[in-house]
Amino acid sequence: MSAPARTPAGAPGHLTGPGSSGGVGTDAARPDGTLKVRGEFAYGSDLWMEDMLWGVTLRSPHPYARIRSVDVGPALAVPGVRAVLTSDDVPGEKVYGLELADQPVLALDVVRYQGEPVALVAADHPETARAAAARIVVDYEVLEPVTDAVTALGHPRWNQVHDGTAEVTELSRESAHLHPEGNLVRHLKVRRGDPSPTADVVVVGEYEVGMQDQAFLGPESGLAVPAEDGGVELYVATQWLHVDQRQICSALGLPPEQVRLTLAGVGGAFGGREDLSMHVHACLLALRTGRPVKMSYNREESFFGHVHRHPATMRYEHGATRDGRLVYVKAQIYFDGGAYASSTPAVVGNGGTMGIGPYVVPNVHVDCYGAYTNNPPCGAMRGFGSVQTAFAYESQMDALAAELGMDAVELRCRNAMEQGSTTPTGQVVDSPAPVVELLRRLEAMPLPEAPAELDLRHMPGGVSNTTHGEGVRRGVGYAVAYKNVAFSEGFDDYSTARVRLEVVGGEPTVTVHTAAAEVGQGLVTVEQQIARTELGVDRVVVHPKDTQVGSAGSTSASRQTYVTGGAVKAACEAVRGRLLERAAGLTGRPAGELRLFDGAVVADGLELPLAEVLGDEAVEETLEWRHRPTEAIDPETGQGFAHVQYAFSAHRAVVDVDTELGLVKVVEMACTQDVGKAINPQAVVGQIQGGTAQGLGLAVMEEILIRDGRVQNPSFTDYLMPTILDVPPMRIEVLEYADPHAPYGLRGVGEAPNISSGPAVLAAIRAATGLPLNRVPVRPEHLTGT
Amino acid sequence: MRFLQPTTWAEALEAKAAHPDAVAVAGGTDVMVAVNFGRLRPAALLDLTRVAELQEWAPDDGTVRLGAGVPYARVISELGDRLPGLAMASRTIGSPQIRNRGTVGGNLATASPAGDAHPALLAADAEVEVASVRGTRRIPVTDFYTGVKRSALADDELIAAVLVTPPSGPQQYSKIGTRNAMVIAVAAFGLALHPDRGAVGTGIGSAAPTPRRATAAEEFLAGELAGAGLWESRAELPAATAARFGELVATAASPIDDVRGTAAYRVHALSVMARRTLTWAWADYRTAQEV
Repeated sequence: MSAPARTPAGAPGHLTGPGSSGGVGTDAARPDGTLKVRGEFAYGSDLWMEDMLWGVTLRSPHPYARIRSVDVGPALAVPGVRAVLTSDDVPGEKVYGLELADQPVLALDVVRYQGEPVALVAADHPETARAAAARIVVDYEVLEPVTDAVTALGHPRWNQVHDGTAEVTELSRESAHLHPEGNLVRHLKVRRGDPSPTADVVVVGEYEVGMQDQAFLGPESGLAVPAEDGGVELYVATQWLHVDQRQICSALGLPPEQVRLTLAGVGGAFGGREDLSMHVHACLLALRTGRPVKMSYNREESFFGHVHRHPATMRYEHGATRDGRLVYVKAQIYFDGGAYASSTPAVVGNGGTMGIGPYVVPNVHVDCYGAYTNNPPCGAMRGFGSVQTAFAYESQMDALAAELGMDAVELRCRNAMEQGSTTPTGQVVDSPAPVVELLRRLEAMPLPEAPAELDLRHMPGGVSNTTHGEGVRRGVGYAVAYKNVAFSEGFDDYSTARVRLEVVGGEPTVTVHTAAAEVGQGLVTVEQQIARTELGVDRVVVHPKDTQVGSAGSTSASRQTYVTGGAVKAACEAVRGRLLERAAGLTGRPAGELRLFDGAVVADGLELPLAEVLGDEAVEETLEWRHRPTEAIDPETGQGFAHVQYAFSAHRAVVDVDTELGLVKVVEMACTQDVGKAINPQAVVGQIQGGTAQGLGLAVMEEILIRDGRVQNPSFTDYLMPTILDVPPMRIEVLEYADPHAPYGLRGVGEAPNISSGPAVLAAIRAATGLPLNRVPVRPEHLTGT
Repeated sequence: MRFLQPTTWAEALEAKAAHPDAVAVAGGTDVMVAVNFGRLRPAALLDLTRVAELQEWAPDDGTVRLGAGVPYARVISELGDRLPGLAMASRTIGSPQIRNRGTVGGNLATASPAGDAHPALLAADAEVEVASVRGTRRIPVTDFYTGVKRSALADDELIAAVLVTPPSGPQQYSKIGTRNAMVIAVAAFGLALHPDRGAVGTGIGSAAPTPRRATAAEEFLAGELAGAGLWESRAELPAATAARFGELVATAASPIDDVRGTAAYRVHALSVMARRTLTWAWADYRTAQEV
């Protein structure tokens, strides 16, 4: 794997002072790295107390059913069982949700998806609890599930739309309402320019994206401990402690000060921990039994215990001039939200507002829908509404290039967004948007050579020995994508940081306290790096993440380095200001002449150790920090300043396809991404590698298969993710064009590479096979016509 | 759940006779997954890992007697020359960790139609040695598989070993998965050429209720090779013969649609794998003459 290049070198500015090794811009080591590598890091599933009980969940076997009755008696009769709870035992609000409160804590009278929690059991041993749960008698009246978003909304199929008249058919009757307000969660409209545009060349395509899973390795886990004040302490692996706390308080009917959360070790998240899983359940059992209660899902239950990526059905129409200028894009995008809203409204927001890709198009007409069905609930996953549309718009760009007889990269460059461009939602792009450079840099990279001799590990099929070269054709594909960073559409997006500087054991020590969830991405390292750079102190302790400090917002939307990083930076600046004032008082030198360097206050001819400035006292500042506000978009036109920042990435994929057997080997992935400023270059490259692999996975294998609302493959035996033989070497170039609005000029990193990776792989498979391929994941059946 | 842990083969057979409902466990790569997910709650587990007799292989009257407890990793590293087909199959299995634990004996005991060893064992005309306190018998592997995850093993019997004759000609193994490693077979095919007796062996995996041979394909190819004198001449194999062989192998399958693949794809893939593996095996056979 080649060392990543950084462009422009060292930009922006030289932030790492000599007094702070491991500051901003360095490959500072993770504070939890050694523990994780040695297998000693405590994840949520490792939580343990001597007298704890085990909680388990009884789930609905049906995608849609009315509950006639629940008899918990047989479960209560099992020796060792301490509590059996149903919705009757939820003391507060019986429904919750991230954006809309529509999901029952425990099923009320209806279950709307397979796996919906119905009852809880706490027992001395998990085996006892599971056996008891199996004895709960639930009388279901099974109902016909709604399993398709278009049908759920009663919208006509596209062939009818294409003909101009939607005939009233079976499909255009809206399905029975799954929720009182109907089956529409959100309809976002983007209207820009001419509503009836025409163009020389028109390309129409229909696309489908299957349901991807976050597939984090650490299952949903937590431990709830009843407190003496009648409240509860919850240790849980999650992504946003305070939004959990709000929902838990609502369900328990307790004030925030009585529901205290601490982050447990998180084994991956990718959006799948934004919604509650066992949080309220464990608290209910702990409060009922007066004992600590641990809940930890197994792998199969985990597939039912969190939301997935929305499957999408999309129809796109692109019109262009003969010389390859986009005239218009029309798109209809349907996201299947499953049984409950989760973050579907925001996913629709992203899918709709950024649904045509990083291109300048004068006339845009997008309708993006999120619908309720009886499929598993879908919500946040890395890329959040942008992954699905990128498959469609990038496929369209390739189809248009083919129609025009034009090089596909050239077509993209002719229409690329740049700084100063206006997006389809009327927003002027006010920071660098190096779309053309990303693509041209990819093009300039050398292509991998064919291996000199037969090595099965490099062939489609690997050591399963399916080809020695027979039927293998190589293809190359490009894709570029963009994604909003942080929360959009007027959301009050902020983070809180408490920074304390004191002398501990004679050594200046900074403690950074935020509630920002570390989910493996490395925010704890970034927090340390920022404090080192701003305060010139090497020793930085990251306080455990908990609700004893204000909200940091969610670890999602590629936002924590930006927003919590911004908050830590601001709090450090406040601490520094007070410290220098104090030093000014001690030295008689104006504060403006003083700076912090290597654990001391320094100026010309002055070096005053922090121990002398601080003595036994600490300087502590807590503050909230916000990025510049965004605004809600117009409900009829989609126009408005919706997004605070964009991240851009591009990929080139090289694949070998065994065209006879339909097996794919991705030979190489190359990625260029603008990150504004790489706070930790090594971690940035890790994000790009991981995002690339996850995007590749969706392109060729990762899918939760649903039939009649039922999950067919809830295991790592049949939900396949790329292995080391599926993830190829990567060439990565990291660009650093500062965003003047962001701390250190940085851009969120985590999601963009997850968006452009899969479409590049799909394009490469198309190039190798000549097949149109309008659905991901691509299966051998699609490539062999079987 | 009782946990029985014999240290000799005689003790193991006595334990199985006394507890016919005990589930034998060797590497645990099937059994423990089922236990951990609550799908298997046997009255007793019979741990065979301490029975030394099961952990070895040895030449035995012209065959290799492979103890039921020998893991795939050792089949690959120690038997690649003697049992090439089985070693190739073993390389396709799981991860290094799984290959260190999983055993051919366990693959037979589970008798899944997707078990990776079966096509290689079928193609090589292997025999399964099973035993009980009543005595020992040898079952041709063709007769061993009786249904989906069912075998000819009686309640009081344990698998002692599998007997495989080192080949007189080339062997090949090919497996389709929807990723490039660590995958359950969508379809698999084993091929053995037996020039010493003018015969062809085949094995089909994941494409019928049990692993099975493609008898018509075997007979067709043996007939073609004999009729054209190809065993002796080692001349080029006509492309049409390889293609027809592939078609006949596909015809022998009776697959289903499931989450791993469609029946139509399995049939198609088998025809391609059979044709390709025959081409490779025949090329090996022709090269072998020149050495």
